[in-house]
Amino acid sequence: MNLNMKIENYNAPTSIAGAVQLLQHGEATIVAGGTDLTPQTEAGVRQFAATLINIQRIEEMRGISVSNGRYRIGGLTTVTDILESEMLAADVPVLVDAADHFASPQIRNAATLAGNLCNASPAGDMVIPLLLLDAEAELASWSDGAVSTRLVPLADFFTGPGRTVMKANELMTAVEFAQPGEDYVAAFIKSGPRPALEISTVSMGVAGVVTDGVISGARVSIGAVAPIPLRATETEAVLEGKALDETLIELAVETASREVKPIDDVRASSWYRKHLTGVYMRRALESLRGDKYGN
Amino acid sequence: MEIEIRFTLNGRAVQTKVPPSMTTLSMLREKFDLTGGKLACGEGECGACTVKIDGRTINSCLSFAVDCDGREIQTIEGLGSVKGLEIMQQAFVEHGAIQCGYCMPGMIMQARYVVDQNAGNGHTMTRDDIARGLEGNVCRCSGYTKVVDAVAAVVLEEAAL
Repeated sequence: MNLNMKIENYNAPTSIAGAVQLLQHGEATIVAGGTDLTPQTEAGVRQFAATLINIQRIEEMRGISVSNGRYRIGGLTTVTDILESEMLAADVPVLVDAADHFASPQIRNAATLAGNLCNASPAGDMVIPLLLLDAEAELASWSDGAVSTRLVPLADFFTGPGRTVMKANELMTAVEFAQPGEDYVAAFIKSGPRPALEISTVSMGVAGVVTDGVISGARVSIGAVAPIPLRATETEAVLEGKALDETLIELAVETASREVKPIDDVRASSWYRKHLTGVYMRRALESLRGDKYGN
Repeated sequence: MEIEIRFTLNGRAVQTKVPPSMTTLSMLREKFDLTGGKLACGEGECGACTVKIDGRTINSCLSFAVDCDGREIQTIEGLGSVKGLEIMQQAFVEHGAIQCGYCMPGMIMQARYVVDQNAGNGHTMTRDDIARGLEGNVCRCSGYTKVVDAVAAVVLEEAAL
């Protein structure tokens, strides 16, 4: 790398308090797994700040736990950690499924959950299931001599490609969500010519509780079809409290295809992404209903 | 500016000084002359730079050298010994799983890792499992069949141990 001349300070704090004190003045580059940061700095789309903060030594930011019916996943938890979690496999298989479609084994071993969220790609794989779960990001900062945290719903976190509501003095320390109930069902579908190492053309998540064929608490999230990972609230409203029959599926397909605002780019045309949105909407709903489907 | 780091490299305690933005791959090649790991895509798509850090394989072209401080690193050079090749390396030779050879160090590191990960879980890896485990490694000569043959042979051989 040839941009290292610009880095004047390097720190590897071992606690959240230490990290956010360093972040007080902003103007720092945070490194964790490096899987997004390195390609961006190498390509010149991102410059290192004068201070580089390596947060990998903050052990309190790792791990998956449940307490009082609420999941907490530390920001530094890797995608492999999520993929290998038996607790998540039993409780929230949709999150493990998304981890299984994430990049390659080598990248999953390094990439962190908070890194995937803070990179704020509209195609970020972990965002889609977390939006279904009404997950919240914990953002920490240093205030009046102590660590202060705020919780931001992921649905309000993203503001554009690569942009979020997180301030320069904040650090994403964890992600939290309510432990889903026994009757919660969810599906995640991701497209691309290869099963992995693929930036999604479209990714789709659908979830809810299906009782006697009727869906409630419906959640729909769609990736790579808008400037931010999309919570498709119009489609959710169409589904809410209705019987998951052919008429409803048809209406949801139509609504979702209209609700997405995809662009034309090297991976797919806008037209194709809208088409895929409809196809995946149908597959995901059929899956929730218990029909078999192939991804 | 340079940062002093100490870590275990192929079983030996080492120390060096690196610029904060240097990649682990550049450090291994330039500071330690370990040129098995290769730079190819530089963005984590090809796996030619695969090394093991604290028991898990990563793309060393994306990893920061400064973050190696205190860790345990194994490269392809640490897999075999002067006495002979490690079983996975030997299998690649025997099955002719090599064309130009550029991707091989990364391919072998990842193959060793996925077979080790799977060992003892009561499931014999299938060819599909092997291909899935190597999905982050690209061979531009497209020599995948013999790679899978070699890894499958190791799976069988080690299951019999």
